Amino acid sequence: MPVPSCIFTTAIRNGEITKLGTCIFHSHNRNRCCSLPPHSLKTLHALLKTASPMTLGSGRSIKDNPLWYIKTQSYRTTSQQYYNLTPPQVNSILKANEYRFKVPEFDGKNVSSILGFDSSQLPANAPIEDRRSVATCLQTRGMLFGVFDGHAGCACAQAVSERLFYYIAVSLLPHETLLEIENAVENGRAILPILQWHKHPNDYFSKEASKLYFNSLRTYWQELIDLNTGEHPDTREALINAFKRLDNDISLEAQVGDPNSFLNYWVLRVAFSGATACVAHIDGADIQVANTGDGRAVLGVQEEDGSWTAVTLSNDHNAQNEDEIKRIRSQHPKNEEKTVVKQDRLLGLLMPFRAFGDVKFKWSIELQKMVLESGPDQLNENEHTKFIPPNYHTPPYLTAKPEVIHHSLRPQDKFLVLGTDGLWETMHRQEVVRVVGEYLTGVHLQQPISVGGYKVTLGQMQGLLMERRARISSVFEDQNAATHLIRHAVGNNEFGVVDHERLCKMLSLPEELARMYRDDITIIVVQFNSHVIGAQSKPGGGD
Amino acid sequence: MRGCVRSSKVLAPAMFPRLLFDRWGSLLGRRGLASAGEPHPTPLPSQARVVICGGGIVGSSVAYHLAKLGWKDVVLLEQGRLGAGTTRLCAGIVSTAKHIPIESKMADYSNTLYQQLEQETGVKTGYVKTGSLCLAQNQDRFISLKRLASRLKVLGIPCDVITPKQVAELHPLVNIHDLVGAVHVLGDAVVSPPDVNHALVVAAAKNGVQIHEHTSVNHVMVQKGHVTGVETDRGTIYCDYFVNCAGQWAYELGLSSEDPVSVPVHACEHFYLLTKPLEQPLQPHAPVVMDLDGRIYVRAWQGGVLSGGFEKNPKPIFTEGRSQLEIQGMQEDWDHFEPMLSALLRRMPSLDSCEIHQLINWPESFTPDMRCIMGETQTVHGYFVLGGMNSSGLSFAGGGGRYLAEWMTYGYPSENVWPLDVKRRTLQSSAPSCAIAMEVMPLLYELKVPRWDFQTGRQLRTSPLYDRLDTQGARWMEKHGFERAKYFVPSGKDLLALDQSKTFYKPDWFDIVGAEVKCCKEAVCVVDMSSFTKFELSSSGDQALELLQRLCANDLDVPVGHIVHTGMLNHRGGYENDCSVVRLSKNRFFIISPSDQQVHCWSWIKQHMPSDSQLQLEDVTWKYTALNVIGPRAMDVLSELSYVPLTPDHFPSLFCKEMSVGYANGIRVMSMTHTGEPGFMLYIPIEYALHVYNEVMSVGQKYGIRNSGYYALRSLRIEKFFAFWGQDLDAFTTPLECGREFRVKFDKGTEFIGREALLQQRQVGVSRRFIMFLLEDHNTELDLWPWWGEPIYRNEELVGVTSSSAYSYTLERHVCLGFVKPPETDPGAPTVVTADFINRGEYEVEIGGHRYHAKAKLYPFSSLFAQQRRRKDDMEFSSFQGK
Repeated sequence: MPVPSCIFTTAIRNGEITKLGTCIFHSHNRNRCCSLPPHSLKTLHALLKTASPMTLGSGRSIKDNPLWYIKTQSYRTTSQQYYNLTPPQVNSILKANEYRFKVPEFDGKNVSSILGFDSSQLPANAPIEDRRSVATCLQTRGMLFGVFDGHAGCACAQAVSERLFYYIAVSLLPHETLLEIENAVENGRAILPILQWHKHPNDYFSKEASKLYFNSLRTYWQELIDLNTGEHPDTREALINAFKRLDNDISLEAQVGDPNSFLNYWVLRVAFSGATACVAHIDGADIQVANTGDGRAVLGVQEEDGSWTAVTLSNDHNAQNEDEIKRIRSQHPKNEEKTVVKQDRLLGLLMPFRAFGDVKFKWSIELQKMVLESGPDQLNENEHTKFIPPNYHTPPYLTAKPEVIHHSLRPQDKFLVLGTDGLWETMHRQEVVRVVGEYLTGVHLQQPISVGGYKVTLGQMQGLLMERRARISSVFEDQNAATHLIRHAVGNNEFGVVDHERLCKMLSLPEELARMYRDDITIIVVQFNSHVIGAQSKPGGGD
Repeated sequence: MRGCVRSSKVLAPAMFPRLLFDRWGSLLGRRGLASAGEPHPTPLPSQARVVICGGGIVGSSVAYHLAKLGWKDVVLLEQGRLGAGTTRLCAGIVSTAKHIPIESKMADYSNTLYQQLEQETGVKTGYVKTGSLCLAQNQDRFISLKRLASRLKVLGIPCDVITPKQVAELHPLVNIHDLVGAVHVLGDAVVSPPDVNHALVVAAAKNGVQIHEHTSVNHVMVQKGHVTGVETDRGTIYCDYFVNCAGQWAYELGLSSEDPVSVPVHACEHFYLLTKPLEQPLQPHAPVVMDLDGRIYVRAWQGGVLSGGFEKNPKPIFTEGRSQLEIQGMQEDWDHFEPMLSALLRRMPSLDSCEIHQLINWPESFTPDMRCIMGETQTVHGYFVLGGMNSSGLSFAGGGGRYLAEWMTYGYPSENVWPLDVKRRTLQSSAPSCAIAMEVMPLLYELKVPRWDFQTGRQLRTSPLYDRLDTQGARWMEKHGFERAKYFVPSGKDLLALDQSKTFYKPDWFDIVGAEVKCCKEAVCVVDMSSFTKFELSSSGDQALELLQRLCANDLDVPVGHIVHTGMLNHRGGYENDCSVVRLSKNRFFIISPSDQQVHCWSWIKQHMPSDSQLQLEDVTWKYTALNVIGPRAMDVLSELSYVPLTPDHFPSLFCKEMSVGYANGIRVMSMTHTGEPGFMLYIPIEYALHVYNEVMSVGQKYGIRNSGYYALRSLRIEKFFAFWGQDLDAFTTPLECGREFRVKFDKGTEFIGREALLQQRQVGVSRRFIMFLLEDHNTELDLWPWWGEPIYRNEELVGVTSSSAYSYTLERHVCLGFVKPPETDPGAPTVVTADFINRGEYEVEIGGHRYHAKAKLYPFSSLFAQQRRRKDDMEFSSFQGK
């Protein structure tokens, strides 16, 4: 009997661990909010109103308030009538944006180390400000995955989600291919396709701006051709250059403007809103994560005993990252030390410390005023764009330069989770990896429980069984790992188990309230082919 | 005597180890018997009268009762050790709260047997009379429990309908807050099953039964349809009778016979939980709790509790490659047990802090129709079966063993066990399938409302018109594997709501069936009755007539084309079958019997058929589709489709003519409808079925023809006081008891089976009588509807039970049929029922604990029979009434 009994104790212990884990998570969360001035609901509402010119920051301050805070007070009275979602209704909401793609094992050139990916999105803002992109590089090897979290509107995130991968792909192209493409464009021939997109039908590309975007991109590759170093582009460099270049182009386009009034307004909206980006480039066993802002990439590692560990492949660029605070302070004069990061925000306003767009934190005051004056009237009607951040002395305060982390995949690395902060705020990365890991390996295979010789009461056993059952039932409802993760992120109760009632409440929130209890969530789960990785993994691999 | 000596060697008390366990339920203590049994196995006898295969509680009970009835030379073989199968692990509850009366009767006898067993054998059986509590969490369940209480009271089993408060007084742990009531069965008990098994074996051995463990039956030898012996792994035993009590191995054992025997059982895993003693130990006499809505049972066990249940999602055991001799403790599956654990903690919240001792998992065998399998198989004479206990093995073993022993001794048990008979149609039509077992197991505790149906194993046998009828809104029920239409939902009705209607009150098909009945009475309806069993008996000479004259009570020597309603009686004068026989030609007969008679009637005729190559019996059930065209305009419809005049003058009642209908030839048209309404039965060769149906329907348009189902048929039949075999009539009912003396021709010149008994009964008078009751103060809208099994009271005294009931749309009230038997005044001499006794009484029928006044009638309302044609039957009726 030793084997099953041992299993049982681990099961019990695991149960406790998860409880312990969530406890820590709670207090962690509470601490985060305690650092803000504790406000009652009234002041919160007041804050919401007064803070409207600076939605940039205020949106974030609200979501930092733990749900249960508000739940106990206002929520029951405001949205009771919305509670009665049936499980199918809940499922249809959760699954509305899910997308799954299975990568062909052999694409004609290479055996892919990626089995496929699941992605899903749950909006809290209306319209959603998150974006996601997945594409296969056709002229070079590898796949690109990205999640983008917009703020102050979705324009910037939209633009970045459309454009960034082209910039990366172009940066990665060898000189000859660039020449070939340029020649093709020059002579009006068909251009080699650069990217193959894997898009959910809801993920759109703006038609109006495509010409503008193309011209900017072409200028970029022309410069690359001129700059020809003769070397094969390094992925890391390529990623950094692409990020920086795109941000630069966004900024330039806004300054130059466009004769088309719609486009003119559009480029300004892109530049004045912002977006974080967390992008993974995966080629064989090599994975490079370029991150700008507070999105996160976490690797799911299965230990020999079958348990799951999370390895983070990105650093958050926000106030929780000491290095970032140091970096920002060092880039500005000593007298700004106190104001440059205030209340955990850049200049007291912005949560992410790196981002695309957000020219309010990049341009000089003069430039901002000039652009706004010559800009269309709609822009000036917006209080937010006119507002100049306080203590704005030595711009730029913000950069889009990513931090790139390289990792060589090992056979035990089973999947990668890319998520916007909406996910990471509600779930600990360890929990995220456990949920996905158990989902992908099939929880129904979970070890049977055996009492063995241990002292277990009926009540304890029931508790344990209920927990196991809840886990299984939530697994069976989802065909998509990312959706499954969202279900947990939104519906988890204090035991780390999906609570249907809670899920209903969270999903039935009216549009105007949803943002107060949760953020947009966007998740991509990339699954690796361990066999392929095991066969080809070599330290520091790549080209 | 030889056997006696032998067996005492095997079973000398000193040598007989305390059965298997120091404490039953523990998995230890196996070695004792094995080491004692193996070194010097007693040699097998080469010959015996009876060989019983299976040393569990069922086999032991059969052995015990055979010995009691004076059988010598009985050998009991067990492949492993005695009681090492399901018996070893079963929960030990003897409960009389069963689904049908015969099961309750069996359980009641088992209870009595086990109670005195300790005294008889000196073996401790752990018998404790605890009583049991069946809990109801909702009103519907409470109704079904009240009905159960009524049934039990009829059988003389004491029980009370009690309030939740009284439940709390009887059991210290039960949470009563969500209960609406309960039934307390006072006599129910708990025992230690392996010890009962041991006691039975000891008693059997004392009476001369030889017991051999570690002996497997390889196959059963059959010659000319008779059992001749068994081949075991230790040699051959020649025998006359073989009894298959192999439990979950019964199916495979059946197949291993030289003439395979079908014993459709399938095993599912069954779980129960044992706890350690409570802080305040639960007294051993605490009543057994059956929380049917929670799907669990709970009994006291060594200061703690034992609790198991019948979950909604049972785990079947797959039989491929099964070879273990004994049941090993199977894997505990806590996740599977979770719903039952939750139900237990809901029922007994204080157990929350109680410690788990063990979760036991063992196999239970289930049958396709939730009833056990008993009796002699139709394929092999001398091959008896008792098994498929549907997890009530302990409760049924005593009674089942007794009935089977009686069956083997006297040719039939002392009670009507037809619902359990291995020859019932359902068993023949179903292979043991895990899907069916998976449906049956949850059904055990499921709330059963009137006319509930199985969900799996459906559409097994269908009429060629099935699809046609289905698209016209037919709602189906299953009768012995055959799909029959209940009623037809008019288009535009809410189908979903109808399908889900489950009630003890007025069902929502009421108006639909009412309309069908009205159509039968005033216009014309078509009912597909293809499920009826149809045989053809023919011979070169008059052997067929001779055989039928001997089998049937009525006179079959009628002109060709006549139809005769007759019973096939047994030696007691009881109905083995109730059928209609058509004389097709001088030596050719067409026999129409109820659907469930297909196997039984076949074997009954075969049993009495001389082996004569000139005499042939053929089952033509599948060759004919039967359409019942009922109603005053049936004649008009058929006249348009054939050239034969159909007026009563040319086609009197109870006649059969082969004719063409539409363009189809060879249709047997019979002027009878099984309902007492005017109309015709058409027996159509199946290839013409669709054509004839279409023709009838299209011609019938102008007469207002419509489809109708069995519910309408049932209402029509019952209001006319027509008894039906299988529901009202059984092997213990004689024609004299149900007012059918006019169908018995004592003077037909042939000594038919049962004549003696009937003559004697006619002399003495009948002690029970089939009566029609009209419910007087019953509100169809608001009161519980009768179903069957309702007690009948005469002047406050219990005199009988209803056997079927229906709402009569014509009489606008409920009609119940049932037998009335006056209480015995003088023991030994049954009181004779007189018309006076029937007519001079105040009757009440008890439905769900409430009594309704009823008017008793000995004869049907003649006004209900169609006026336009004097029926032959009626004339006979009236002449009988005159007497």
